[in-house]
Parts: sequence; structure tokens; C-alpha cells
Amino acid sequence: MHDLPQQLANGLILGALYGLVAIGYTMVYGIVQLINFAHGEIVMVGGFGALTAYLALPGGTTLWLALPLMLIAGILVSTLTAVAAERFAYRPLRSAPRLAPLITAIGLSIALQQLVFAFYPDAKKARVFPKIPGDPFEIGSVAIQRSDIFLIIAAPLCMLALGWFVTRTRSGRAMQATSQDPDTAKLMGIDTDRIIVMAFAIGAAFAAVAAVAYGLRSGQVDFRMGFLLGLKAFTAAVLGGIGNIYGAMLGGITLGLAEALATGYIQHLPGMHLFGGGAWKDVWAFVLLIVVLLVRPQGLLGERVADRA
Amino acid sequence: MSIAVIGALSLTACGSRDDKKSGDSGQAGGSTTVTIGVDAPLTGDLSALGLGIRNSVELAVKQANEKNEVPGVKFQIKGLDDTGKPAPGQQNATQLVGDKDVIGVVGPLNSSVAQSMQQIFNDANLVQISPANTGVALSQGEKWASGVKARPFKSYFRTATTDAVQGPFAADYLIKDAKKTKVFLIDDQKTYGAGLAATFKGQFVKNGGQIMGEEHVNPDDRDFAAVVTKVKSSGAEAVYYGGEYPAAGPLSLQLKDAGVNIPLMGGDGIQSGDFIKLNPKGQGDLATAVGLPVEQLPTAAKFIADYKAAGYKDAYETYGGYSYDSAWAIIQGVKAVVAANNGKLPDSPRAKVVEAVQKVSFEGVTGKVSFDEFGDTTNKQLTVYTVKDGKWAVEKSGTFSG
Repeated sequence: MHDLPQQLANGLILGALYGLVAIGYTMVYGIVQLINFAHGEIVMVGGFGALTAYLALPGGTTLWLALPLMLIAGILVSTLTAVAAERFAYRPLRSAPRLAPLITAIGLSIALQQLVFAFYPDAKKARVFPKIPGDPFEIGSVAIQRSDIFLIIAAPLCMLALGWFVTRTRSGRAMQATSQDPDTAKLMGIDTDRIIVMAFAIGAAFAAVAAVAYGLRSGQVDFRMGFLLGLKAFTAAVLGGIGNIYGAMLGGITLGLAEALATGYIQHLPGMHLFGGGAWKDVWAFVLLIVVLLVRPQGLLGERVADRA
Repeated sequence: MSIAVIGALSLTACGSRDDKKSGDSGQAGGSTTVTIGVDAPLTGDLSALGLGIRNSVELAVKQANEKNEVPGVKFQIKGLDDTGKPAPGQQNATQLVGDKDVIGVVGPLNSSVAQSMQQIFNDANLVQISPANTGVALSQGEKWASGVKARPFKSYFRTATTDAVQGPFAADYLIKDAKKTKVFLIDDQKTYGAGLAATFKGQFVKNGGQIMGEEHVNPDDRDFAAVVTKVKSSGAEAVYYGGEYPAAGPLSLQLKDAGVNIPLMGGDGIQSGDFIKLNPKGQGDLATAVGLPVEQLPTAAKFIADYKAAGYKDAYETYGGYSYDSAWAIIQGVKAVVAANNGKLPDSPRAKVVEAVQKVSFEGVTGKVSFDEFGDTTNKQLTVYTVKDGKWAVEKSGTFSG
């Protein structure tokens, strides 16, 4: 167990990544009760947007200069894609039965994957993403790789900014109102269409931050990266209580920790040596999800049971 | 090429009413065209290897046609994409069997894909030669490890050596040459990766090496932080990874990013230029690959020059030479069948080609090409490569004796 601090750090970092993506699921769900299964692909296009920016910069540009530009490009691409998806794929279906937009989301997800696959140069293989060079930082027995510094700084900043936005600004409060009761919010003069677009856009911006963090971390982006990441983030959102932004981050971190600890320690428990290790980490993550939902069907921080889905 | 002529060649095992009619037209035509199917991952993360396979087969076919290698028979290829997964591979196999022109198939890359295809090809008596499969059970049966070897499919051949040779060769190298006695074992749970890791482990332990820990990852994982931590605290001197470069690259990178500066060794599945691209800190990582390095073989100089001259955008990669030889073995098989049948292709040549391929023997790109009683190559040479200055450099070549 002497490497416990390191495994906890691994879990926290991975969990923060899941959490950033989970925000997108939870915001959209909180406002329009739509599970936007294309959100994983919004992450992916953000990654490719950032990569494009990096490739467009002259060679030898230092990453400290490149990173903000990549981030801006990623956010731009992700946000535009998400807003376009909302406008052309989801809005026409807003009054349709719940299943229609859900299927649309799945279709959109496949379409986005295939578009990048077919038209982005060399996207048929994993594309190399820049990394922050240098040795890992050692804090006691914990080593943190340089590329993760971005995520460690970005994730809390994003959460603070979002918290401030939702509770302190006019638009944020309008968003809360829309999520509580869209019809009444409309009667109060809130432009709910604008609020919905905003929810998609904020989720997409977070997705782009997550995509850059993912790219820096694993040194690559590829057209399928959104699938697994999206699935995990969706799980995190449900775990934390879908519709609650803090729940999404909490769910992400819980999931990340569960995966790291399952990989690290389950097989050392007596009688469990066959059920531990990396191969079983997803199993344990979902066992945790099931247990949490059995005890708290609304998720860790969820306030009410979803009556529509 | 004319459709009528094509019909002549190719009766599936179940026979067909067209027999006579097409037999006639086959005689009438001056030259008949047959197809060599290629199944490999042409897209997806293993496409670097797959495209090398497709292009090399195409090169072999082009040259056979130019040289008029088989008088009266022209070859063409039909390249299908399996994306490295068993299900599309199986569909492709069915499609190739159904295409009456197809006389032999080169591929696939992955052992797990081969598993899904073998029965289909065997039922149709269609010869299949893989340039890359190393899973032992494919040719020697599920019980090979306990010494009971039985060939399950007589239509299956390969020009690649098996994991029964490759894993132990790597184990010998790590202990005897690199002097690493403590290894952490990781595999991706696929047919190839798990098989390779198992054969490595057997030999490594037999040689007195110590397995410091074992891990299994999912082939689609790109985040290995938790596994890396286990490797770090295990005190291993090297990692042996059974799997392919899309996961091996980031795994090795994350090891080094976490300050674990020990080499990662793998099989031919990681010996790709893309491994180095995905892993800028790969210096010192090791990989075994089947056969001698193509660049060093005198027989391969022409292949390399021809491949360059053909102007393919993608490199021939690890399996180019073996793919060329696989295709050439099929061509030689067809040649023998034609020669035995008074200079023309018989009505239902597939089964005869299978028999003929069993007997082929020629000097190919990768050395002498012939098959033993299991359909495995008789060429048991292997090479250890290491990453040096952004390239795979030859570390040691040798023959595994057992």
C-alpha cells in the first residue's frame, strides 16, 4: 500500500478529466432533459481543433505560447460544433418525443466521428499531440507528470468560473430558472432558446479543455477517443447526480479514484486476486455506480429523481 | 477482363451448374484473371501495418503480371478492410469466399481476426496465408502448449513465425543479453497479446527470471497512470508488453513521464514507426520481429527498391516482405496447379491451390519460403530491435532453437 498516495493522485487527475467532460452532459440534461450522446465527439473535435492550431504554428514555437492558442482553437471548434448541433439537430426536435433527440444524438455522434475520420488529414491513425517536456514533479512519494499540470490548474479554475457564472450572473440565474421550470422561465421573459444554446456552448468549452488535457496526457488524439471518454463521463454525471454541476465533478473524481484503486489494490484483497488489475477497473467502476444508484437513485448530489429521460 | 472468363475459374466447394459452360470459355480465352484477396486493417489505428500489407501484395501481383509468371493467368487484388476487428474480418472472409474469382487470400494482421476467418476459408477450400499472425493455436490447435499439436485448418498458412518462438526469444534476450532478471508483465487480453505474454513468461521463469507483477489492460485504454504506479513500486527492471503499438506507445510514454526509466519490450506488434511517433521518449525500448531485418537481406534489396519505385505513400512496415512472400506463395501455388493441368487453370482450382501451396518452396524476400506440416513457415529467424534516435535499429538477430 506504500504507493497509495500516488494512486490517489492518479485517480484524482483522471477523475478531474472525467468531471470536465461530465459537466457537458449534466448542463444539457439539466436544461433540456436530453442525454447528449454526441458530447464525447464534441471532446474529440475539440482535440483536433487544438491539434490543428498547433500544426499551424511555426515549428519550434514554445508550448507555453502554443497552449493558449491551442486551447482557444479547441474551444472555438467544439463550441461551434455543439451550437450547430443544437441548432440543426436538436432544436427541430425539441417538442418531439424524448426518444427522437436521443437517437439523433447517437447518430450525430457517429457522423462526427466519421467526418473527422474521413476528412481530417491522416486521422485514420492516432495523431501525435504535443507534450510538455521535462521530468515529472516529485512531491514526496508522488510523481506528477508535467502534462498533468495543465489539468490540475485548469479543472478547478473551470469549476470556480462555472460556479460563479451560474450563481452570480444574470445569464446564470436565468439558466437556473430555465432548468427548474422552462415554461415559467419563458413567461418571466427569459429567452430560453438562448439559455439552451449557452448550456451547449459551456459544455463544449469544458469539453475542449478536457480534450487538450487528454491530448497532453496521452500524447495523442484519435477519432475514437470521444467514445470511451464520453461513456465514462456520462457515468460520472449519473453517479454525481445528473443535472448538478458540482455532482458531475464529484462523480468524475469518484469514478477516477475507483478506477485507480481497483487497478492498484483489489487483487491484494484476500480471495480477490483474479478480479483486480487494469482489466477489471471498468467492472469495479460500474459496480460502484450500481451500488450508489441503489442507495441514492438520484446520484450523489442529485436533488430529484429524473422523471423524464 | 471478361466476366465469362472469370466465371470459369472459380467454383466454390459446393459446385455449380456453370461447370461446363465456364470451363469452355476458360479454354477459349487467351488469358484468365484471378483475384488474390487481401484482408488487413486499412483504416483505424493499426492501418500503418495494414496498408503496408496491402501495398506489398499489390506489388507482388503487379510483378507477376509483368513477368508473366503464370502463363495465361493474370492476377489482381481485392483489398478489404477489417479495421483490426474480428467481426468485419469475418464478413470480409464471407465476401471473398463468395467472389468466384478469388483464388487465395493474404491476411489478416491480427490473430484474433484470423480466428474468425479460418473456418470460412477452410470450408471453401480457399487458401489463406497470413503475413503477420503469430498466435500459436491458429496452426497447431488449442492444446499446443501441452504438446498435443494438431492442425485445425488445412487451408491456413503463415509466413510469420509464432509466439511459441517469439516470446521465448524475447525472454532469452532480456535475461542473457540485456541482463534484466526482474520483469513486469502486461498484456492487452487479445489473442495475440495474451499469447505472447504467456510464452514469454514460461521461458523467462524457466531461465531463472522473476515476474514482479502482472497486469492486463484494455486495448482501447490510453490512460495507464494506475498501472504505471504499480510497475514503479514493483521494482521491475523492464516491462514486457504483449500487445500492439496504439496502446504500447502511450504506455511506454507514461512510464517514462512518471520517471520510471526502464525499457518496455514487446513483440512485432509494437515494432512500427508509429510506436516511436506516439512515444517520443521511447529511446531504449525493445521489440522482437519475425525474420531478419528486411533491409539487411540481400534478397530484399530488390523488394525495397521496387516498393520505392512503385511510389506508395505508406511504408511497407514490419510485414511488407512477408506479405509479398505470402502473395508470391499463392502465385507459385497457382503456377503449379496450372502446370499440372496442361497449362490452363482447372475448373475448380481452389482446393488444388491449397495442396500446391503446401508444397511451395522458393527464395523470397525474407529468405526461403516453405511451410511445415502445420502450415507454419519453416523460417524461424527473429530479430531484436531497439529504438535509437527515433528509429528502430537492429540489436540482435538469431534463430530460436528451443
